[in-house]
Amino acid sequence: MTTLTRPAPTPTPAGDSLGRRVARRAPWWGVLVLLAVLAVVWVYPFVWMVSASLKSSLEVFTAGLGLVPEEFAWENYSRAWTDANFGRYMVNTVILTVSTVAIVVVRCALAGYVLGRYRFRGQKLVLGILVATLFVPTGYTIIPIVKLSMELGLLNSLTGMVLALSGAANVSAILIYAGYFRQLPKELEEAATVDGAGFGRVFFQIMLPLSMPVTATVALLTFLATWNAFFLPLVFSFSDPDLRTLSVGMQAFVGENATDWSGMAAAGVISILPIVALFLFLQRYFVEGIAGAVKS
Amino acid sequence: MARTISPPPAVAPTDLATSGRRRRGIDTRRQTLWIWAFLTPTVVLYGLYTLYPIVASYWYSLVEWNGFSSGQRFVGISNYQAVLADPAFWSSVRITLVFMLLVAPARILLSLLLAMLLNSPKLPLRNLFRTVYFLPVVTTTAIVGVVMQFVFDPASGPFTAFLKALGADSGIDFLGDSGTALATAAAVYVWKFFGITMVYWLAALQTIPADLYEAARIDGAGAFGIFRYLTLPLLMPFLLIITVLTVEDTFHAFDLMQTMTGGGPFFSTEIIEIYIYRWAFSASIPQLGFASAAAVLFGLFVMVVGALQAWALVVARRGRKELS
Repeated sequence: MTTLTRPAPTPTPAGDSLGRRVARRAPWWGVLVLLAVLAVVWVYPFVWMVSASLKSSLEVFTAGLGLVPEEFAWENYSRAWTDANFGRYMVNTVILTVSTVAIVVVRCALAGYVLGRYRFRGQKLVLGILVATLFVPTGYTIIPIVKLSMELGLLNSLTGMVLALSGAANVSAILIYAGYFRQLPKELEEAATVDGAGFGRVFFQIMLPLSMPVTATVALLTFLATWNAFFLPLVFSFSDPDLRTLSVGMQAFVGENATDWSGMAAAGVISILPIVALFLFLQRYFVEGIAGAVKS
Repeated sequence: MARTISPPPAVAPTDLATSGRRRRGIDTRRQTLWIWAFLTPTVVLYGLYTLYPIVASYWYSLVEWNGFSSGQRFVGISNYQAVLADPAFWSSVRITLVFMLLVAPARILLSLLLAMLLNSPKLPLRNLFRTVYFLPVVTTTAIVGVVMQFVFDPASGPFTAFLKALGADSGIDFLGDSGTALATAAAVYVWKFFGITMVYWLAALQTIPADLYEAARIDGAGAFGIFRYLTLPLLMPFLLIITVLTVEDTFHAFDLMQTMTGGGPFFSTEIIEIYIYRWAFSASIPQLGFASAAAVLFGLFVMVVGALQAWALVVARRGRKELS
């Protein structure tokens, strides 16, 4: 379709000189240069961070604008990983993220399925409450969450963080699932029911596999939110530094070693490399997931 | 295993024919059970960690409560009176609003400009540019905040080195000076979250069919005319949605602010979220009731924006219906 609707190149008059063609193209070159400069500014902080993570502790302070280290100081990474405990933080973050994504996907798919595909008493109430709470900020609910987790004995544990993170928000994920399941043809479960499949089997063997595109989006966006979560892990790990995630550990590390710039940079690279790599591989899904907020 | 076993007689077609009505009653009841079983994880988790906290916030805002393990004493509305009488609270409200006014127009208008450029099929490398501008969005905000402290370091940071290379003689403490800290934080914020708004705009622009542009061009419209009379009217409904989404977003800058400035220097970047955090978690004697009152007020504030959002969506939908 795109090939059909793309505007045809304006017919060039026979006598069009090279000079005129350049003049016509000049604004585009200007735009291109501007965009390129902006792009350099955009990635510079990351490039600087990678560069600083490979410089010796002294060179970081004296190199000025130079980005290529005189000698690659890989020991910064082992210092961040072992001494600064980022190995531990990485394990915590991975456990937290994977568990949260699993719980969120399952519970949102289940809820979205019945809300989108069935009519039952109380449905309107459930939907109404979900939508009404769509805009509750974290600053609002963190105090009761901490108190509740303390009473449940979950405050200083990864389990507590997982439950709190998978219980908050995610209304949009339920709504995406509901919208997706609603438009699947009715014949699907009719055929399956005639074949003797029960409610659960229809969902797990037919509906859930069909919803892969939604699951991919929900899983990715939840992954992004959980990996980058800061407020909740910060509050939950106050009294136990071993529970810190990467984002919380970074601030603590700088608080304790304000002068270890190269160690800080190495810790930063360790923390954001996984999420950046994931983004570069699955870029399309990230962008579609975020653009969904406007389309719906 | 269950797959190979023959279907249970309850739903076998022959059975349905003989005792239809009774079966259907049992089936409906069974279906209702399944439905609520499916909703249970959401009802439990959402109830515990979203609904209950909202209700509890109101109760907590009415008590005096100095620490999570100490007792609570009902004090009525005196927490609210104390919050509303605190100049620091009003200062944080003002800073939250100023911050919003600094970053929202930049995020919305600059990203529209950029999205229009990046939407043009004539632009080379446009996918690369999109990736680059979106990159900061996926990175951990709390990590970026810490790294920015170093980038803007007045003695040896790369930004200072850059200014010196341009001829400045001494470094400016952008984040350490209360006159520049908020503007610097705003610039970093725009850089960090710009990509989200850009993706919104790109999605909006893709709803405009390319042959409309072509028709306008054939009719002799210039670039500005196309923007003024074609693109802009078609984007208006989206402008509303994107504006409210973005404005809503700017109220949640805790991660960046806390890690980059911690609300300082001299409270010059203390947004409401940090104000609440300070009284609840980093004060030597936590004032949880007081902080809850501030949190409830902040929640109401955001709720007003939420209502605005719902209203904008209705208006936008009506606008789109008129167009089609």
